[in-house]
Amino acid sequence: MQPLTNKAQAVSRKPMTFLERLYLINIIKGMVITFSHMFKKQPTIHYPEQKREFSPVFRGLHVLNRDEEGKERCTACGLCAVACPAEAITMEAAERTEDELHLYREEKYAAKYEINMLRCIFCGLCEEACPKDAIYLSETFAPANYTRKGFIYGKPDLLIPNPKTEAAALAMAKGVEA
Amino acid sequence: MTILSFDWAFIIEKLIMIAIIVFASLGIALYTTFGERKVAAILQDRPGPSRAGPFGLLQPLADGLKLITKEEIIPSHADKWLFILGPGLAMTASLLTCAVIPWGTAIHVFGRTVELQIADINIGILYVFAVVSMGVYGIMIGGWASNNKFSLLSALRAASQAISYELAMGLALIGLLMTTGSLSLKTIVEAQVAGNWWNVVYQPLGFLIFFICAMAECNRTPFDLPEAENELNFGYHQEYSSMKLGFYLFAEYINMIMSSAIMASMYFGGYDLPFFDESTVAPNIAAMIGVGTLLIKIVLFIFLFMWIRWTIPRFRYDQLMSLGWKTMIPLALFNMLLTGAIILAKL
Repeated sequence: MQPLTNKAQAVSRKPMTFLERLYLINIIKGMVITFSHMFKKQPTIHYPEQKREFSPVFRGLHVLNRDEEGKERCTACGLCAVACPAEAITMEAAERTEDELHLYREEKYAAKYEINMLRCIFCGLCEEACPKDAIYLSETFAPANYTRKGFIYGKPDLLIPNPKTEAAALAMAKGVEA
Repeated sequence: MTILSFDWAFIIEKLIMIAIIVFASLGIALYTTFGERKVAAILQDRPGPSRAGPFGLLQPLADGLKLITKEEIIPSHADKWLFILGPGLAMTASLLTCAVIPWGTAIHVFGRTVELQIADINIGILYVFAVVSMGVYGIMIGGWASNNKFSLLSALRAASQAISYELAMGLALIGLLMTTGSLSLKTIVEAQVAGNWWNVVYQPLGFLIFFICAMAECNRTPFDLPEAENELNFGYHQEYSSMKLGFYLFAEYINMIMSSAIMASMYFGGYDLPFFDESTVAPNIAAMIGVGTLLIKIVLFIFLFMWIRWTIPRFRYDQLMSLGWKTMIPLALFNMLLTGAIILAKL
């Protein structure tokens, strides 16, 4: 067979010389190599203290966005649920009443919005489908949980803190996620 | 203070010495496990244990606590008493070695001269050999009592390895004994302190053989065939759990420390700090400097052991045996003859 790479080397079947049979020289050579590794840079990232920088297109857990006045952007159109290849999103729509004007941006809103994080494949198609810029994939990734139920994220888990009333919490969340 | 014609202060002094040396050995062994992991990590571009305490310094304590609190399992088909005796014997034998090691010159406290050595017996090295060969019984009994084919195979390997390499070790030592003319470790060290050169200069081949055999006796890689985790699933201590396993692992590290101490004493001047005149400082301080020097030499030897462990792969069993019988023993005999010829020519 023709060699596929130019890295192939013929195996030498020559009997070893006396120095080679001593092994000591080669052992010392090997020890020099291991010793030189003491001065090499370690690639380790000490996780809780140091974090690896995410790429800008990283797709982590979802957040539901609010506008500048703290109103929820989601209008419960269901496009994200339709786009979702894993069928992880369920929602129920409701109509906004007069006294809920400060809570929701549009007259229709999501009364229930659930993402099953065990089904989700973090493809980001919901983010692309959303016409209202309401759903985003953040840079937080899936935390541990004791039950399967705990992985079904509802609105309280997904909504970002209100920039009007919980500005400090929002800044902190952004700081952690950034 | 002489009751029942005993010098009681002498006994108390020795008991304190024994307590200090045993606990110091255990403490050093504890931190040698940590050192092993750190050295392995650094040689492999990893950070090593770093979570428990600053720089992971509390890691050995956590490991020890884990070993003590783990469930003690004695297999139902095991020979119960021998199973318990095994690790105890391994530990006892490795700790007994420290009795003859001279840790320094004498210090003066409360008007007494305290020798920094538990017992300066005139057959020091023979005693070490006797005790070390007893350590093999710990492994053999443990392997046999486990009633497990892998443990038994490993015990057989350990026994034949120890016998093969102890021979070459003893023969390599004869060359040294011919030049020093004494079996007492104290005398050998004192001769090196007084003389110009350390014994390694006169016995380089003997030291090399002794070092390789010591590595084999300690079951360190490349001679860790009794453990051989990929063929024997951890070998003789496979069935052991909890602190019995801890004793086996500890015994290995204490063996390493003791063989380092013996090599440092016999070939590298023991507590002799080169280019330093001990008479310029107070005798107690000079003795302490001596102890520190010996400890540094021990640490360097232990590092060498670890460095070799993380560089060289394990021997095959037939390679181990052919190295021991066909290389080490003839070389040791040659070294012996050469030393004898040189001594005769000098006369």
